Amino acid sequence: MAANTAIRHLLDVDEWSLNDIQRLLDMADSLRGWSDPNSLRSLLRDTVVVTLFYENSTRTRVSFELAAKALGADVVNISASASSVTKGETIRDTVNTLDALGADIIVMRHEHSGAPNTAARWSNSSIINAGDGWRAHPSQALLDLLTLRSIFGSAAGKKIVIAGDIIHSRVARSNIYALTTAGAEVILCGPPTMLPQTFAAAYPGRNVSVTYSIDEALANADAVMALRIQKERMTGGALPSLREYRQFFGLTAERMKAYPHLPILHPGPMNEGVEIDPEVAHGAQSYVERQVANGPLVRMAILLWAARKDDAFLNMAPQTRQIGRH
Amino acid sequence: MTDIMTPRILWIHGGRLIDPSQDYDAPGDILLEDGAVLAAGDPAEVAAQAQSKKSAGAHIEEIILPAEMCVAPGLIDAHTHLREPGFEIKETVHSGAKAAARGGYTTICSMPNTAPVTDSRGVVAQILAAAQTAAIRVLPIGAITRGQEGSQLTEMFELAEAGVIAFSDDGKPVRSGSMMSMALHYALPLNVPIINHCEDPDIVGGGVMNSGPAAVRLGLKGWPSSGEVIMLMRDLELVRGIGARYHAAHLSAAGSVDAVRRAKDAGLRVTAEVTPHHLLLTDEWVEGHASGLLAEYAQQARTPQFNTNAKVNPPLRSVKDTEATLQGLLDGVIDIVATDHAPHGVTDKYCSFDEAAFGISGIETSLSMLLTLAQLRNIPLKTIIAAAATKPAEVFQLARHTRRPIGTLRAGAAADVVIFDPNERYTVLAEDFLSLGKNTPLDGTQLLGKVKMTIYAGSVVWEDTYFNRRPQ
Repeated sequence: MAANTAIRHLLDVDEWSLNDIQRLLDMADSLRGWSDPNSLRSLLRDTVVVTLFYENSTRTRVSFELAAKALGADVVNISASASSVTKGETIRDTVNTLDALGADIIVMRHEHSGAPNTAARWSNSSIINAGDGWRAHPSQALLDLLTLRSIFGSAAGKKIVIAGDIIHSRVARSNIYALTTAGAEVILCGPPTMLPQTFAAAYPGRNVSVTYSIDEALANADAVMALRIQKERMTGGALPSLREYRQFFGLTAERMKAYPHLPILHPGPMNEGVEIDPEVAHGAQSYVERQVANGPLVRMAILLWAARKDDAFLNMAPQTRQIGRH
Repeated sequence: MTDIMTPRILWIHGGRLIDPSQDYDAPGDILLEDGAVLAAGDPAEVAAQAQSKKSAGAHIEEIILPAEMCVAPGLIDAHTHLREPGFEIKETVHSGAKAAARGGYTTICSMPNTAPVTDSRGVVAQILAAAQTAAIRVLPIGAITRGQEGSQLTEMFELAEAGVIAFSDDGKPVRSGSMMSMALHYALPLNVPIINHCEDPDIVGGGVMNSGPAAVRLGLKGWPSSGEVIMLMRDLELVRGIGARYHAAHLSAAGSVDAVRRAKDAGLRVTAEVTPHHLLLTDEWVEGHASGLLAEYAQQARTPQFNTNAKVNPPLRSVKDTEATLQGLLDGVIDIVATDHAPHGVTDKYCSFDEAAFGISGIETSLSMLLTLAQLRNIPLKTIIAAAATKPAEVFQLARHTRRPIGTLRAGAAADVVIFDPNERYTVLAEDFLSLGKNTPLDGTQLLGKVKMTIYAGSVVWEDTYFNRRPQ
């Protein structure tokens, strides 16, 4: 089956305009504290949403599932270990099968960068990328931006530090696109084995820089986002020890004393005591719970957009819409 | 009507003859008889010979060419993957030979990564048997180590006797320096080159595309050019000590060109090749951005993001690298162009980029890519033909393996000829490939220059245009 270009896929936010992003975040904002949840359930009635996860996930999967159910969709969950994927089925055959079974939207996570692009080439359903390899995690970037917007009113002109294992991070890559499109400046920070200098040149026309000093980065920052450090990176030689990472790149309680009001984000799951100390992760300047709470809102907006129900939704209750503050 | 006893002669007349072996590029005719070149060169002289043959009663078939049509020795590919035995769904000796004929090739050298590996007399014999009925000449390359496993040398003396023209473990480079040293020593009396695909596995790891900004953006693991240069430099130092013949396969990196240049300056018996795709395409093609020399021609190209058809080993590299390899070719540091034709089936490419097989089906587009390059950079066609026909025959001393000399149109050479139009612009259509592998990143790209006819051993094996002929 050849791909249909009229289908709305969300593979990454690299090609999204500021207007596209704002419109989606405005939808997410209006869904916050929606007075009549029942009225939403008609929006995706008879829509089949399949979550197809080739990799484990807690928050992203649950958050998409809750979002779909809140909009009245039928949700089917498939994990690769319980499907014919383990029998060697190709991505193309899997999505064609799901199409034939009546899927409208496939929310997909895969351990290989670009796998959702492969799926989109062959799918007649909307492919929503829920994270692929090191490459993109667009719904996470959008909810991060929603969180920053709720703190600052607008991300424009803000300096946002992303600290951690950048080269292996799909969250960092999608945030580079989302944040710079929203007018923010992105400062990447991490040890050079996790953040090659190439990053500074890889995004021409976007406000992205690289630093190897977390203290320099924090000194000028408006917000900081820490990324998880995976323990297996040490055996690959990228890090001598988690201890040294914490000391020179971590958001430690000691280090953060100098920036008591600097908003801190983390996409989770956290390695407390490595990239972020527990008292910081759960302290007053942490927006981690706000990020988690924003997850289903952004994912509802994404599903409405993918199902082409965004206009129907915006017409439903224009009086309750918050006009985007940007 | 020709009598079976009457000598049949083919007179190709009216075109532009390009034969680097005779430093010839001018209007020229060619006369082929009994699978050999009878005469080639000045039209008046060849016409005189044709007339004397005619008056002696020979039957002459004349092909009349427009003046801009080029006539050159049939191309020779020193690096072709034919997949037989073992992977006949990807390519066979026959399908690969047909595809090669369409690309203007009359001789191809098949790489040993078959199943079983071409590491014994039996497999060589099997390939040569299939080659008997193939459209063009197939010369096998034998493995350096048994099963390409890097731990035990193949029976090189016997393989040489069976007809292999060189030794290579190709996609599985000889990892151990001491094993490479043994191979270079052992092959000394055979006087055939050891070919290495230079890829240091410790550096490259599981890299799938060139390390650089495009890999950073795509979140794909990088395959840095240092992984090629380091193993090449190891090999060159071994060659310096041993005095062996060594050929570096498909160089992709600027650093490799520098290393070979130094080795040649030091007098080592080293040769090197580059592929058309490493000369013309960049790593951004993987990203769906057809940058580099072909940018203007590729505006209608079907190049999606994560284009698995642009996944190749070594990977497509930066503009700096393509420029350096081109300079190397023009300076003679890189001796030849080889296709590394690597056909694959759809399931090998319709998957995620990490899972996709490495390789480009390139033998049908090779000459067109080189002719496009020649026009873009004002490169004499003689240089192109030298790199794709004359020098491959010299580097691998192929005259030892063929009845008559090849890669040349001197009198007495094999009647292997390619006729091409250097100005015809056409659009590459992957689905039209004769190769079973439709895996090209050039699908939808325009190229300038097209093969019109290929003649092998005096017989037409590919014809794109019906030229005027006498007698009708």
